[in-house]
Amino acid sequence: MSGIPHDHYEPTTGTEKWLHKRLPIVALAYDTLMLPTPKNLNWMWIWGIVLTFCLVMQIATGIVLAMHYTPHVDLAFASVEHITRNVNGGHMLRYLHANGASLFFIAVYLHIFRGLYYGSYKAPREVTWIIGMIIYLCMMGTAFMGYVLPWGQMSFWGATVITGLFGAIPGIGESIQTWLLGGPAVDNATLNRFFSLHYLLPFVIAALVAIHIWAFHSTGNNNPTGVEVRRTSKAEAEKDTLPFWPYFVMKDLFALAVIMVVFFAVVGFMPNYLGHPDNYIEANPLATPAHIVPEWYFLPFYAILRAFTADVWVVQLTSFVTFGIVDAKFFGVLAMFGAIAVMALAPWLDTSSVRSGRYRPMFKMWFLLLCIDFMVLMWVGARPAEFPYDWISLIASAYWFAYFLVILPLLGVIEKPLAPPATIEEDFKSHYADPAE
Amino acid sequence: MFRKIAISAVSALVLGTGAAMAAGAEGHVEDVAFSFEGPFGKFDEHQLQRGLQVYTEVCSACHGLKFVPIRSLSDEGGPHLPEDQVRAYAAQFDIFDAELDDTRPRKPTDHFPKSGLSNAPDLSLMAKARSGFHGPAGTGINQLVKGIGGPEYIVSLLTGYTGEEKEEAGTTFYANTAFPGGWIAMAPPLEDGSVEYQDGHDNSIHHLSEDTAAFLMWTAEPKMMARKQAGFTAVIFLTILSVLLYLTNKRIWSAVKGPKKKHV
Repeated sequence: MSGIPHDHYEPTTGTEKWLHKRLPIVALAYDTLMLPTPKNLNWMWIWGIVLTFCLVMQIATGIVLAMHYTPHVDLAFASVEHITRNVNGGHMLRYLHANGASLFFIAVYLHIFRGLYYGSYKAPREVTWIIGMIIYLCMMGTAFMGYVLPWGQMSFWGATVITGLFGAIPGIGESIQTWLLGGPAVDNATLNRFFSLHYLLPFVIAALVAIHIWAFHSTGNNNPTGVEVRRTSKAEAEKDTLPFWPYFVMKDLFALAVIMVVFFAVVGFMPNYLGHPDNYIEANPLATPAHIVPEWYFLPFYAILRAFTADVWVVQLTSFVTFGIVDAKFFGVLAMFGAIAVMALAPWLDTSSVRSGRYRPMFKMWFLLLCIDFMVLMWVGARPAEFPYDWISLIASAYWFAYFLVILPLLGVIEKPLAPPATIEEDFKSHYADPAE
Repeated sequence: MFRKIAISAVSALVLGTGAAMAAGAEGHVEDVAFSFEGPFGKFDEHQLQRGLQVYTEVCSACHGLKFVPIRSLSDEGGPHLPEDQVRAYAAQFDIFDAELDDTRPRKPTDHFPKSGLSNAPDLSLMAKARSGFHGPAGTGINQLVKGIGGPEYIVSLLTGYTGEEKEEAGTTFYANTAFPGGWIAMAPPLEDGSVEYQDGHDNSIHHLSEDTAAFLMWTAEPKMMARKQAGFTAVIFLTILSVLLYLTNKRIWSAVKGPKKKHV
């Protein structure tokens, strides 16, 4: 499967040969586990395992929660209370699931930004990157619908605001919104279909994750130097790599265990810190909360959505040019989805000949600014849409687009990158002493 | 290596704090040192019993606790009342039974009555549905340090009446320093000595309010003790597992990776 030469599974006993001829499943497992992995991977390469673990944990806890949950507008809120009060261990299951979503997003953001820094999206890993972006979109859909299920005030009003975005599409928007909601407003039909889709999407994500892994197992992992593994012969490849088992399995498990310590401390001691108090008030279509705030992991894109108001000149110009078809509301929606789209296009926007940010002095500064920009967007996303937050979110949104559409393409031309090491082995040897010596 | 782990951990934490960036500046809320705060904090069952008494004699006139089964009053890690007392407590409230087509006294398996007054909110989850602490500037740091502040909000609300009143469209509003907007429709429910505690405990308005808030924290989070216990056990075992995995990992890599070189 992998392009890097390595030992393959050879069936030895009669039974093994019998099975291998009919279904080479042991060979698949062997080749997957023994994948030659660049030996210089650093600690930012552990988030993949954390994400896989999160997916399994969310599915496992979610399936049990679904056994006790009732997707009906009159009963949903009470059934969640029933889970926390009466179901054995239900309070832990629920908090694991709710905080598990937060861990999932912390891990995915660190995973994405690792990819952005080390140029993991660049050729030949564009397909891995694009599938990753689709997984991220599915995660956002799943998390959004999951947040609606407890049927608290933020569930209801969050659903109303977000589905309202589709209503901003000119002409067909209202029909799409009605079709999504199953009626004119967020109601029982909405809750039912969100429950159904919230159950379905994680399995779609699981399939996409398998393809994501397949894709990067075909190209081989990227690594902090961005230098490819030598693959002319097995002997040469082995100088740059170590098999995934046991070296990286153990390293990843250690990192996962440390993260689990923090995660269980949050679940055990402050499980509501990342939630919104208003969601402990049952949904009431007649009472709008003072501030409707999405979950923290949506805040950066929510900030971009709100940044483009009718008094911004870009919005006015677009509105004028399109004869008013693209109004401020629709512009905001386009900007929000566009922010993810430009990130997905990074493989074609980055023109640099050097892959890893480690050897790109100018890129490093702009990338650091992008990380800060992301945090700023997350912060303003929860602030009221008034001065000075409107200006901050506008500037921060502009930088997000500028980074991908202007800075990445230009840097490849302007910047003089440092020379990366010739091989992974060279980089490894420059960092670590040879244990044999 | 540890430096990098530390960087990862800090960035993870910073990402996380984005969450509590909710809700704007509201009324004034004082921090109260409750017994159940922190990883090792426990509910004081005597305080919960006193809070139950205040709830029953005062709050329940208008408010309800519809999500709370009465039987949970005997739970360990809660008020922990003897079962005969719980039965007697339940029996003082009637409930309509569809099977009998008549009312009957409640049993411990029934829930507390719901709010009797239509505009009085249910109190089951009130201590989690309010946040006393915010900021600074939407960063969520205060909530990380002091807690979300639901029970503190309740104490501040119950003790925050200034005595001023105004009438608007036939409704009387009372000035309150903790309530968002400053004017609340609920008349001051407590004053010094308004409940005579069975255990003879101090019944100044501050004690009454704190006991009520503690009781409402329990109704909102009845499994808090079990949760902290589970969290603590998990943290201990996972820490041991981390150490073992660290040593295993180090041993495995020692054959291929020597000590880190000092960088030139």
